[in-house]
Parts: sequence; structure tokens; C-alpha cells
Amino acid sequence: MSDRLAVNKTYKQFIGGAFERSESGRSYPVVGAGDQLLAHAVQGSRKDVRDAVAAARSAQDSWAGRTAYNRGQILYRVAEVMESRRDEFCAEVLRAGDGCTEADASEETAAAIDRWVWYAGWADKFATVLGGANPVAGPYFNLSVPEPTGVVGIVAPDEPPLLPLVSRLAPVIVSGNTAVVLASERCPLAAVTLAETLALSDVPSGVVNILTGRRDELVPPLASHVAVDSLDLTGCDAELAAEAARQAAATITRVVSASAAERQWAVEAAQSPYLIDAFCETKTVWHPKGR
Amino acid sequence: MAAISGGRISALTDRLSIGGEVEPVGDFSLEYAPAPESTAPVRLASQYGLFVGGEMVEPAAGRLAPTVNPATGEALAEVSVADAADVDRAVAAARTAWEGGWRDLPGAERAKYLYRVARLLQERAREFAVLETMDGGKPIRESRDLDIPLAAAHFFHYAGWADKLDYAFSGRRAAPLGVAAQVIPWNFPLLMAAWKLAPALACGNTAVLKPAPTTPLTALLLAEVLRDAELPPGVVNIITGDDAAGAALVAHPGVDKVAFTGSTEVGRAIAAEMAGTGKRLTLELGGKAANIVFDDAALDQVTEGIVNGIYFNGGQVCCAGSRLLVQETVADTVVGKLQRRMDTLRVGDPLDKNTDIGAINSQAQLDRITELVASGVAEGAELYTPECVLPERGFFHAPALFTNVSTAHRIAQEEIFGPVLSVLTFRTAEEAVDKANNTPYGLSAGIWTEKGSRILWMADRMQAGVVWANTFNRFDPASPFGGYRESGYGREGGRAGLLPYVELVA
Repeated sequence: MSDRLAVNKTYKQFIGGAFERSESGRSYPVVGAGDQLLAHAVQGSRKDVRDAVAAARSAQDSWAGRTAYNRGQILYRVAEVMESRRDEFCAEVLRAGDGCTEADASEETAAAIDRWVWYAGWADKFATVLGGANPVAGPYFNLSVPEPTGVVGIVAPDEPPLLPLVSRLAPVIVSGNTAVVLASERCPLAAVTLAETLALSDVPSGVVNILTGRRDELVPPLASHVAVDSLDLTGCDAELAAEAARQAAATITRVVSASAAERQWAVEAAQSPYLIDAFCETKTVWHPKGR
Repeated sequence: MAAISGGRISALTDRLSIGGEVEPVGDFSLEYAPAPESTAPVRLASQYGLFVGGEMVEPAAGRLAPTVNPATGEALAEVSVADAADVDRAVAAARTAWEGGWRDLPGAERAKYLYRVARLLQERAREFAVLETMDGGKPIRESRDLDIPLAAAHFFHYAGWADKLDYAFSGRRAAPLGVAAQVIPWNFPLLMAAWKLAPALACGNTAVLKPAPTTPLTALLLAEVLRDAELPPGVVNIITGDDAAGAALVAHPGVDKVAFTGSTEVGRAIAAEMAGTGKRLTLELGGKAANIVFDDAALDQVTEGIVNGIYFNGGQVCCAGSRLLVQETVADTVVGKLQRRMDTLRVGDPLDKNTDIGAINSQAQLDRITELVASGVAEGAELYTPECVLPERGFFHAPALFTNVSTAHRIAQEEIFGPVLSVLTFRTAEEAVDKANNTPYGLSAGIWTEKGSRILWMADRMQAGVVWANTFNRFDPASPFGGYRESGYGREGGRAGLLPYVELVA
């Protein structure tokens, strides 16, 4: 029975903890090396963006309200589950990329897993490193703490399909933000597989929402959405990024994009507590001292 | 001019039972004799040029505009109105200074320049304070005790960072960005200049600073200080002018970094304009802070805190506590105490050392306040304002308090930027949180309660960059300041205040 017919996966979007097709009913073909058809991915719509933002919004308070220890364990759990499905991720990365060798795919997968571990450990430390007591000139207790901005829209780069996505997502959610991610347009399948991993990793519903489809179509409704507090436009080309930043300006949405150094995805410069900080607000609390 | 009218005295004697049962004291009079601060330390020129490349230069087009004392309506001097050619010149001077040595100067040397500036400001503090009050209309008590000392302290604080940047950011080196364009508002003219220049210079950037059109004089006096400090030419350039000059500056392609403090409306326009340019941007914009009073709070302290929160600088403060949220059970008591306290506020000559509320900065601002107050009355809120005789000349507005305000009213949603307080009530802490966060802004918030755990619970839930608990309107160079949401992004003060002016390099 070696010629058993394989059961192929349907690649859906991940919204509010559920795997769904687009309300628009559309899909688009995803091709891998040698123009081989890999799957039909969902072609998400503006309505899907709004649903995902709503899911992210409603999940945010309770995610941010969890203890840092708990968030750290959940991010670590993502790494654990990815590790157990490492072969699947390797295969996903391998078949997505032109010229990607097995060694490349293995390295990318390993680096993605390790990145979750790295950020998991920051959950209960970044506030210590980024915030602290301020010695003001008066009888006051004064403390600054970084807090999540809220809902973050992330536009993942086209390739590689996995490591950049993880590199941008982990620092966003570790502080208590929730995310709406636009997956790689050209090779979105690894992102969907990541979503399945997140669903198995105690990441609460709505904390990460992953959409697939056309960037030109999905970035504008994401950038202009009033409930989106920050944007990571790393995956946008210059023109789309500029347009998105213009739309974001209407509600003073924070706009971030990976620096050239951070785009060296495999090296240490791509990970930083200051990337966590980029999606945080500093809150400073004063109180008088007295008897 | 007496800051308090005869007509108010009898009203005051009726109300002396504040905080206790004091018998009416009969027919006595509490008259404050005028106590004007001397203007002798200020030596005004009739005309001012632009500070570019270390020298005062004439504007290319030769345009001048008067700057007016808002307490009298009289012109103090004529200042230059920069145009695009002047902006070019200033940015070029800043670029030359950056590439010509400032960026490579050891931090310890940059520190010493900034320490010098701090010391020179302290030495000439009285002169700066008087000039600030003359040009901007704020009470001399505030410019003397807050604006100028804090400006000096800011330079002193960041001086110390200049040679310690390697300790500021874990695992990263802080590299300067280049030329910073800095556009500042009229409500704290010198202090905002210090907030902008000190961290920029400490981090190794050069700057072009554009003061607000109505308050250019202390920035121009600062230029003198910078020259006396022997700051290398072009490291700081100060160009005065109208909004068009500010727009030309932030849009200039030779600028690497834009920092703006002002209205959310202009902030939006700047953010849109910066899109796709690769320039770094920080914004400190408007606010509509909630000052939240629980029924267990120390109500006499609360009253002082609310007054300080909204009437400090005549409410022309982005973080002003302009919405009072008071727990229903104590609402009448608090409003009563507030009204009595408002009756004792002295409105008038900003140079008078007894004045609590000085002049509104400009006719345009006074018109905006007047219009919003009228909207509050039209929408059905109840206005209280003490009897007080306002000076006949200049731009003044009596302290105002609205009760019966709903969250939908314009006076509960829009930034008034004047001495106008809107009072709303709440029953539970959850309701207070919802109402406090129910604006697009997120700059500051106040919490008044004797219960520590409630303070921390509330502070966690405030969508605000600064939370004052059992105090309000405190500022310090070591303490980060800046907003959430539509109040802007980036922080000024402390280590967080360095980030807007550096690139972190692995």
C-alpha cells in the first residue's frame, strides 16, 4: 500500500482562534519551486481584516493582564510544539523557496524555534531592562514601565516564509500586544502551519490572527483601522509602506519597520529587547512620599 | 491693577468656612497689593534676526513680524519670519556642524557644553523668567519657579547622559541620527526648547529649532546663551517664523529627525508628510486628561490638585486635568470646595507675583476657549465662573467650571487648552476607567484615593503616558513624558528620552 493517496491540507486563515476561509470565498494558487502548485491559499478580504482586528482587540486586555511568567511559558510552549513538528516546518520552508536546500530549511526552522525561546525568556525581564525608577528632584515615587500598545498589524516579508514572521511576531506579543499578521504573499503556507502550532500552544484565541492574500488589498484596511495601535510594515515595499504610513497618520498609529540589520534574520542583530520596546508605550506613575 | 476686585471681597468672607466651621469674620477686606516683578533684567532689542551658524542673521526676504505681550496687546519687538531659503540655510549649517565635528566629538566634551548651558540658564534665570512671562503671558510665579529652573535642569540631566550612552541601552550602541528639526509650542517656550535640544545634543545630533510664532523671545535669548557657552556654530540653529516656516523645516529633505510638540491636528499632518521619507518622527500632541477622585480621597488636597491640574498656566497645558471625574457620593462636596477655591484665584497681570492665572497666549487661543465654553453652555452643561474683573487690555479668561457634563459634549471630548474644567461623575472604579479612557487622547491621568491597591489597579488601566496619583502636573528631567494613542509617540525625559535621537546599532 505504498501508493496510498495523501490527504492534502486546506490552508485557511486563522482568526479569533478559528481556521476559516475568507468571507469573500476567494483563494489564490501558491506555487513552490519549479512553479509546482502547492495549494490554494485563502485570498483574504477587507472584511477579514476587520474581523481579525476585532478578534485581536477583544483578546488584548486579558492577554496583557496575564502574568509575565504565564506569557513567557506560552511563548516557550510555541517553541516546544514547533520543535515537535520540526520536520513539517522544514518541509514547508523547503518547498516554498526557489533554491532553498534542505540545510537552509533546517537552519531556518531551528532559528525560528530558538527565536521563540529567546523572546519567551524576555517576558518577565524586559520591563526591568526598559523601565525603572526615576530619581526625580522631589519627594515622589516615580516609576516607568513599558506597556503594550494594544493591537499591532504586522506585514510579514515575502521570504523566507517562516523566520522573519516569527522574528517580528514574537517581540510584539511577548509584552501583551495582540497581532493581526499578513503572511507572506508569495509563500503563505508556513504561516498557516505556524497558526496551527499557535492553536496548540495555549496562545489564547485572538492573540495572533493570521491572514493570507494580496498585500495591496489587505494593508490599506489594516493601516487605516482605528483599532490598530501600531504597524510593522517590514513586509511592504517602499510605495505601499509610504501609503500605509500616510493612512496610519490619521490616528497617530505607530509605524515600525525592520532596519537593514534586523533583516539579517538569522543573526543575533535581528532580535532585541528594543524590538519589544518598539511596540510598547512607556507609562510613568508618580506618587508623593509622606508620613 | 489690582488682581482682585472689590466686588469679590464680600463674596470671599461668606466662604471662609472652607475646611472647617469658621465663623463669618465680618466686614474685613482681603486686598492684595500689586506685587509686580521688575522688568529691569530684560533688555529687549527692537528687532531680532535668525540664529544660524552661530550668528544672528537677517532673514533672506527681510520679513519681520511683531511679537506681542498678551497681557497688554502691545508689541515687544519685531522678530524675523523665516522662509524656505532661511530653512535651507539653517539646515545646511546644522549639517555642516554635524559632519564637521559634533558627531565625532567625545561625549564628555558634548556633556561639558550642555553643563555650561545649564549653568548659564541658572545664572540668568530671572531675566529668562521675566521675558517668558512678558512674551507668553504665564504668571511670573510659574516661569520663575517651574519653566526656567526645569529648563536648566533638563540641560543638566542630559549633559550627564552625553558620555554615558554606552550604559543606556543593553547590548546596543547609540549612534546619532544627524540633523534634528524641532518645532515647539507656545505654552512652555523655553522649557520645550530645552526638552528638544538637550537630548538631541547629548546624543550627538545637531538641531534646527523653530519656536512658536507668539513666543520667540526666550528662544532667541537662549541663542545668546549658546554663544556664551561657545557651542560650536551650527550645532543649534533657531529660526523664528510662522507655521509655514515650521512646515518648511519638517519637510526639508536635509533633515534626519523631526520632533514636534503641538496640536494633534498638526501632528497628523506631519506624520502623513513624513510617510515614506525615512525620517524618524516623535510627536507630543494634545490631551484631555481625566483627574479621577474617589470618595475616600483627602478632599482638601484633591481640591488643590484639581486647581493645579486645570488652572496651572491657565489650562494651556497638553496634560492639563481638564476632565474631573468625581465619585458620585462626593461630587457635590468636591464641586463646592472647588468653587470656593476658584473664587480666591487671582486672574490678571502675569508679572504680578500674586497672580494665579495670567494672560491667554493669544487672541486666537482666547477665541477658541470662548467658542468652546459657549458650546458647553449651548449643549446644556452648567457653567460656574467666579466673579472677577478681568484686565481691560490683553487676552484674559476667567477660570471656568462646567457641571452636568455628558461624555458626548464637546467640552468633554475636545482639548480646550484654557482654564475650563468639565466635571463628570462615576459610581464604580470600572466606570471611572471607561470614562477616563473614552477619548482618542492618552497623555496623562490623575488618580486621587487613599487606597494604595486601588491606585495601582487604576494606574494599570489608564491609557496614558503619565499617571499622577495624589498629585498632578509634576515634571522632572529624569521622568519620561509623552502620550499613548493620539497624544503622540516618543518620550521626553530620562533614558526613554534618548531613544528618539539615536539609532541603536548592534
